[in-house]
Amino acid sequence: MFKLHKFRFGTTLMLVMSAITLSVPASSPAQAAACGTVNIADNAWVGYEANLAVVSYVLKKNLGCKVVIKNLSEQVSWQGFPTGQVDVILENWGHEELAAKYITKQKSAVDLGGTGNNGIIGWYVAPWMVAKYPGITDWKNLNKYASLFKTSESGSQGAFLDGDPSYVTNDAAIVKNLKLNYKVIFTGSEAALITSFRAAEKQKKPMIGYFFEPQWFLAEVPLAHVTLPAWTKGCDADPKTVACDYPPYPLNKVASTKFMNSGSPAVTVIKNFKWTNADQNSVAKSLAFSHLSDDAAAKIWVDAHPAMVKAWLGK
Amino acid sequence: MTTTLLSRPSSDPKPKVTKKSKLNLYLGLLGSGFLFFAIAFHKVLPGFATLPLDTSSLTPFQNWLNTVSNWIGDNRTTNPLFTFFINIIRNFIDTFVIGIQNLISQAVGNNSSPLLGWFGLLVLFTYLAYVVTNFRIALLVAAGLVSLGLLGFWQESMDTLALTLAAVVLALIIGIPLGICAGLFPRFEKIITPLLDFAQVMPTFVYLTPVTLFFLIGPASATIVTMIYAVPPALRITAVALREVPWSSVEAAVSMGSTRAQALRKVQLPQAKRTIVVGINQTIMAALSMVTIAALIDAPGLGKVVIRALTSLDIGSSFQAGLGIVILAVILDRTTTAAASKVESEYSHAANQKSNRHRQSVMIGGAISLVAIVISRMYTWAGNFPGTGLLGRDIATFSDNATNWFQAHFVNVTNAITNGVSYGLLNPLQNLLTNSPWFVTGLAIVLLAAILGGMKLAGITTFCVLGILGTGLWSDTMATLASVLVASIATVAIGIIFGVWIGRSKRADQIIRPILDAGQVLPAFVYLVPFLGLFGATRFTAIMAAITYAAPAAIKLMADGIAGVPATITEAGIAAGSSRWQMIIKVQLPTARRALALSTNQGIIYVLAMVVVGGLVGAGGLGYLVVAGFAQINLTGKGLAAGLAIVLLGILLDRITQAAASRSTLSAR
Repeated sequence: MFKLHKFRFGTTLMLVMSAITLSVPASSPAQAAACGTVNIADNAWVGYEANLAVVSYVLKKNLGCKVVIKNLSEQVSWQGFPTGQVDVILENWGHEELAAKYITKQKSAVDLGGTGNNGIIGWYVAPWMVAKYPGITDWKNLNKYASLFKTSESGSQGAFLDGDPSYVTNDAAIVKNLKLNYKVIFTGSEAALITSFRAAEKQKKPMIGYFFEPQWFLAEVPLAHVTLPAWTKGCDADPKTVACDYPPYPLNKVASTKFMNSGSPAVTVIKNFKWTNADQNSVAKSLAFSHLSDDAAAKIWVDAHPAMVKAWLGK
Repeated sequence: MTTTLLSRPSSDPKPKVTKKSKLNLYLGLLGSGFLFFAIAFHKVLPGFATLPLDTSSLTPFQNWLNTVSNWIGDNRTTNPLFTFFINIIRNFIDTFVIGIQNLISQAVGNNSSPLLGWFGLLVLFTYLAYVVTNFRIALLVAAGLVSLGLLGFWQESMDTLALTLAAVVLALIIGIPLGICAGLFPRFEKIITPLLDFAQVMPTFVYLTPVTLFFLIGPASATIVTMIYAVPPALRITAVALREVPWSSVEAAVSMGSTRAQALRKVQLPQAKRTIVVGINQTIMAALSMVTIAALIDAPGLGKVVIRALTSLDIGSSFQAGLGIVILAVILDRTTTAAASKVESEYSHAANQKSNRHRQSVMIGGAISLVAIVISRMYTWAGNFPGTGLLGRDIATFSDNATNWFQAHFVNVTNAITNGVSYGLLNPLQNLLTNSPWFVTGLAIVLLAAILGGMKLAGITTFCVLGILGTGLWSDTMATLASVLVASIATVAIGIIFGVWIGRSKRADQIIRPILDAGQVLPAFVYLVPFLGLFGATRFTAIMAAITYAAPAAIKLMADGIAGVPATITEAGIAAGSSRWQMIIKVQLPTARRALALSTNQGIIYVLAMVVVGGLVGAGGLGYLVVAGFAQINLTGKGLAAGLAIVLLGILLDRITQAAASRSTLSAR
């Protein structure tokens, strides 16, 4: 009797389809002609999402733009520049090799200047350790404490935890060149790194690893920064011989050349967008701790900072 | 959820009668020989020929892969092959997916809801479920859909459903005809099998970036990524379905004057229908398991929620969205399974006329659906699901609290387990494998294959071993192999224990099966954060994640086998006065030997599928290299090589366990 069903199926489906086509209302004229559509990449960390929330709120609210958010990993976001599928990346961490390929060589993307946020990359320990182990935040003492950090993963050495491989790291080289008795464990994700630090602080277990600011998690657990030999220009030129700290990372915005030439008023806003680490942290907190929606979190900040928003709009 | 590398024909026609003791002797000799040489080399020449490679170093082969990938990137917008041919495919798939989205999930033009609002869809899907299955399943579908809305994820669920349906339809259009070919022509199957192995075992992270390079960011790429994983089960099971049809019935048809094509259409396909529907079921499940990973390249739907929740370690929200995926999976699984058994019963009772009442209810149901659709287009309450998720936040808060409570109370226990397994089992095994010269381990693997499967298998494994060597990642492969072996042993043990329990008790089956379903479909990203909290960023966390994903399949297959032991055999056991233990050990397990072998094989393949997830939680090895290759442009080649190594390791383990399996089934006779 399958045949009979199929027949009924077919007729019903046809009826449904015709019902739909008949009842589709004629579309009314499109709105927001001036600004049009802005395609913004959404890279998966909360700081980025704070930038995204505020910028897209302003674009929608003040300019009537249609904002299309694309959830993409960093490398794939850059791929979207030449094809016109991504207009803007709102928080870029270095990525010299991608900049060389898309900005310098292909000329399909343009550096839009800093976001005002300064990225700090470095080595951190769980904060409870600072009082108990004097001098632990100085790299010269790290070998003394290496055995504290031994885990099932690190053999006879101390475990040093690394995070998401998308971020710039020289840790393996630094460990080797400073002759530290540590083994770099590649956890492979930010989630793993944060969870480990969180558990270490809660259970008072020793932990040392790579981390960075601005980051919402530091508001929950204020990790203690370990000083490495200071960064000087060129000390990290050869990735094999690095024996110094990370340079400061001024975070920047990148846009596609196509978007820059489009004459959209959104270009001005994104070009002018600039704020501080404290600004970003406040929005990031609304997102990560209070579970607010993007727009709700953005509105709180925007309402409190009318002058800054005005400056972005170029008024 | 993926089907089986095993659904290939188990073609081993001539049973070779070997004395079991002789086999054991060979295996024993091989094992002690391997240990002797491994330890001898380690003592005399530590680190000799163990081929370690720094995480940031690349071999020439890996560099070459980098160059190839860069070349494609540079030529994507200019080379006519890309701009013309691939764009046609891309536009076609984009249009198809967006069409379905406009129908069920995305608002069109200035409307506030899609063409079919939630109310219309609810009634329509319930009705369709009733038509293809029965009243009970239709009720389940309705309840499932309503709970998706109450979770606060109606639109996200429909987006996921739209993409899944698109990928499944396209996968079936490709998979079923090719599957029929493979079922009819063994030579074709031989050619296509390695490709299918490749598609199923190659980690998605490896081809995520290349696919977006070719097909750009958008629905087309997400659909293609899903299809790569969903076509193999459709193809394989269709081939098996055709081959299961007794050849005698085809011969009978031909002798009665049918042409070969008629025999296929009138005899083989109708009889194969039920198994083909099972294949459709597996295709749907495979497609659903790609939801979160596809979200990394902007696939819309529930996956996005999971990924986003992960950035702030928001266990509650990710669990909430994960639950949505599980509900979708259960709806689709139960509907297709019930449809399969209905097809079967209708085939066997072809003459049996359906009652008029049934026909009437089908027609009335159709009319009601139509009315509901019209209503959902006229009123806003029926267009967009009202409220913002009545249940959602509660479930999120509850799962948050439950995780925190468990973590606070049991973390000492879980830490002890982590350390116990790592120091007691994992570290010695990994040291043995990574510190032995490659030729000692390689030779041991080839000899093992020769003992279990003869020269042909030895040839295949030699190819795999040399291939892994060629990727330049021998040491990382050995590290991964150690974790895979530990996870597999645990999976098989759990498979046997729970499989026997469920296979023997219908009540246990009813309680446990939904949990097994959830374990198979819940995206790993949902439970990674709680696992990390309990077991730390360690290889053991990766092993636990692998077991969570692999054990349900092993349990289900084992339970099937135990439940399938003929009643006559168990009755004979009872008559002979066996106790319950004796019954399990002496009667049921030996009789279900084939199921045990299948469950072991599948357990290992599923564990391998989680190697990359392991790379996200501190397991290092090949999994981490794949993740790093996805993230860093200068490691792309190394990531590709690591993916290749995983595939070769998968084929190696699959073929060896299969050989062991067919051996044990033969000696059981």
